[in-house]
Amino acid sequence: MEDREQVPGPILGVEGIVKRFPGVLALDGVDFSLARGEIHALVGENGAGKSTLIHVLGGILQPDAGRIALDGAPARFESPRHAADLGISIVFQELTLAPNLSVAENVFFNRQPTLGLGIVDRRALYGRTEDALRSFGLEIDPRLPAKRLSVAMQQMVEILKALARGPRVLVLDEPTASLGAAETELLFEKIRTLRVSGCSVIYVSHHLSEIFRLADRVTVLRDGRRVDTLRACDSDEAKLASLMVGREVRDIYGARTTEIGEEVLRVEDVHKGKKVRGASFSVRAGEILGLAGLVGAGRTETGRAIFGADPLDSGRLVVRGKAVRVRSPAEAIRHRIAYMTEDRKEQGLFLKMTLRENCVAASLDCFRNALGMLQEKVISTHAETMCALFDIATPSVRQQVRNLSGGNQQKVLLTMWIGTQPLVLIVDEPTRGVDIGAKSEIYQLLRQSAARGIGIVLISSDLTEVLGMCDRILVMREGRIAGEFARGDATEEKIIACAAGVAPEAAA
Amino acid sequence: MATSAAVSRAEGSKADRKARERSVVRAVLDSHEALLAVIIVVVGVVLTCTSRDFCAWPNLHAILLGMSAESIVAIGMTMLLVSGGFDLSVGSTMALTGVVTAMMLKTGAPVAVCVPIGLGVGAAVGLINGLVVAHVRINPFITTLGTMGIARGLVYVLNGDKTITGLGQSFTAIGQGSLTVDLCFVRFSVQYPIIAALILVVIFDLLLRRSKFFRQTYYIGGNEKAAFLCGIPVNRMKVFMFALTGLLAAVAGVITLARFGSTSVSMGVGLELKVITAVVIGGASLSGGAGTILGAFLGSLLMAIIADALTLLGVNPYWNNVVIGGALLTAVLIDTLNKRRKGQL
Repeated sequence: MEDREQVPGPILGVEGIVKRFPGVLALDGVDFSLARGEIHALVGENGAGKSTLIHVLGGILQPDAGRIALDGAPARFESPRHAADLGISIVFQELTLAPNLSVAENVFFNRQPTLGLGIVDRRALYGRTEDALRSFGLEIDPRLPAKRLSVAMQQMVEILKALARGPRVLVLDEPTASLGAAETELLFEKIRTLRVSGCSVIYVSHHLSEIFRLADRVTVLRDGRRVDTLRACDSDEAKLASLMVGREVRDIYGARTTEIGEEVLRVEDVHKGKKVRGASFSVRAGEILGLAGLVGAGRTETGRAIFGADPLDSGRLVVRGKAVRVRSPAEAIRHRIAYMTEDRKEQGLFLKMTLRENCVAASLDCFRNALGMLQEKVISTHAETMCALFDIATPSVRQQVRNLSGGNQQKVLLTMWIGTQPLVLIVDEPTRGVDIGAKSEIYQLLRQSAARGIGIVLISSDLTEVLGMCDRILVMREGRIAGEFARGDATEEKIIACAAGVAPEAAA
Repeated sequence: MATSAAVSRAEGSKADRKARERSVVRAVLDSHEALLAVIIVVVGVVLTCTSRDFCAWPNLHAILLGMSAESIVAIGMTMLLVSGGFDLSVGSTMALTGVVTAMMLKTGAPVAVCVPIGLGVGAAVGLINGLVVAHVRINPFITTLGTMGIARGLVYVLNGDKTITGLGQSFTAIGQGSLTVDLCFVRFSVQYPIIAALILVVIFDLLLRRSKFFRQTYYIGGNEKAAFLCGIPVNRMKVFMFALTGLLAAVAGVITLARFGSTSVSMGVGLELKVITAVVIGGASLSGGAGTILGAFLGSLLMAIIADALTLLGVNPYWNNVVIGGALLTAVLIDTLNKRRKGQL
């Protein structure tokens, strides 16, 4: 990438931005500056503070401290609307189109051309949308309702919508997550032409390779701090990766105390939809097997397919040497496979129910007598034992789970699944959104479970966690196992390279 | 209900003094059944004082008889609300069962054949509701609104503008017969519909509270996705609950037909709203995961007593709906305030 002549004075500059959430310091004195006509990439691990920073820039969050300057003058973005009026447009990962409105109405949302008296000038509306679409090389009828478009097309319309406001700063949050290669190429071309017209772009992405094809400069965030800002031409992927993950591995993970035993689960050539395309692996008793990969690589989908939550299209599951058929979670539980979801509030816990009821939710059959009645006393005793064993802080087992802290909730979810006495426990992002203390407790609980002979499959986007916990690490990419690393052999750089699909020889 | 809320607020202001009494008030407020029972007793005492007729057995018997069909339907409705669904078609199902049973009886078929066929019709309507809701994934409101219309329409088609009567002694005995109870000094008779309702309420209350099978409905209503991941057969449970509700509506229909001895195209009109009101007053929530059958029974009882009181006090019966609507809103209001109070703790 050639060095660009930069107009003196950045279009957007922030200094010492601090943003605190309960229990988390999301941004800790971040400096960031965006030059005119620059494409500036923002990278970092999950939880590094990227999205908090763009929420602050978009007026969605107010910083607790720090200064923002727009075009050299101090600025405050009081609301998303205010930020948009000042020329900052953000395209988020989640789609925000009104599904029943036409493409044109979405693009010119609230800014439709009128004939006066507030009557929408339909001809101008459709004509201008058609021009905009064509400039993106898209052949879409502007009259089509947005819901009829594919997700990739909707994403493109989102970007058009942001551009229709004529922004000075365009922020793109993982814009290629749902795009195919051809669409990505189109988008990159468009972004490059934007730069010529003087619009600056902040580009948030996990895909390091994209950054080198597009960005002028890269800022790396880690744990809410800016680690470094470098010119893309002075850097390479390996350097960025090590900057992203650079923190020391603290010893919160513990060590394995027992020998790894027999194979408990073998997964052979599992297919499910477009996300899981021939995943094969096996896990042994007492082993903690890591499943790493980028968001969207198919890890959660693989876990859910094995568990029967989204029954697999094809493939074989072998539990302790015996082929089993799993078409539903109930069957999975019967074959002693457990899956702890990544989405504890939406899909994991019964928040309005009590701790004791949650504790036995997946193993009700174990607590009924011959007449099919639940044995309330046994349930309470069981819940109390689990609370003591898992060190769950609660005034009583009759406490509603929603009143517990995130870490304690996660432990309750773990008791629910340990209660099914699984041979294999698939845990999906078990420490997301919990503080460091609870994290370390959860690691200990996983260690204990492994020590009791459970084979654990740990799906995680936190590479330090994967490296700290796992005996063996599999890397998924595009629905398949792209690489396998032994504990001593794995490094974060190797895993990231393998997950992103760069230099596969070096990874293997 | 308003009185209790006011009491609890007054207690709150004298915080340090009557801590123990307050904890009793709080326990009553926390348990819907206890709160309802207290209110029913209070209303009962007031009515006994104001009207000599209220506490007489014939009047109490009339109240219980009047609410018997309703409380049987409320059993199913409670289970549906607990699991996050509900059913508007119960009144029409009841009427359809009545008409089909009457038509069967008129063919001369024995009671032991006609009644199961009638019950089967109700269960079938419920089964259809359940299959559509669980598998086609149309929401319960639209689905049961549809079957409500269809079943009521079929009642008109089958029954026409005539009334089917002369159903035979052996059938009408189901609704008109009674059991004489000897309790040491007092001897009184109870009509079968009351006994049937009480037995069903007790059995299903116990099942919903204690049995593993029915307990699963609370998990489904609490978080359907989580329940599915916990291996609870969510769809099968939903289908079963709707079918059971249809069956219970049919039981109510057969009993009502036997009690009156003739069909009526308007049997069960408005029943769905009355029953949902009773169930909500009894502590169930439209968002699922809460409610008991005992609560629903007490809710029905309270509404029946209020309706009776209006008659006894000579109030125009048209006020009935106003009072019942008011009771529903008051119940929901207390519930909401309660939740907010707990949320602040």
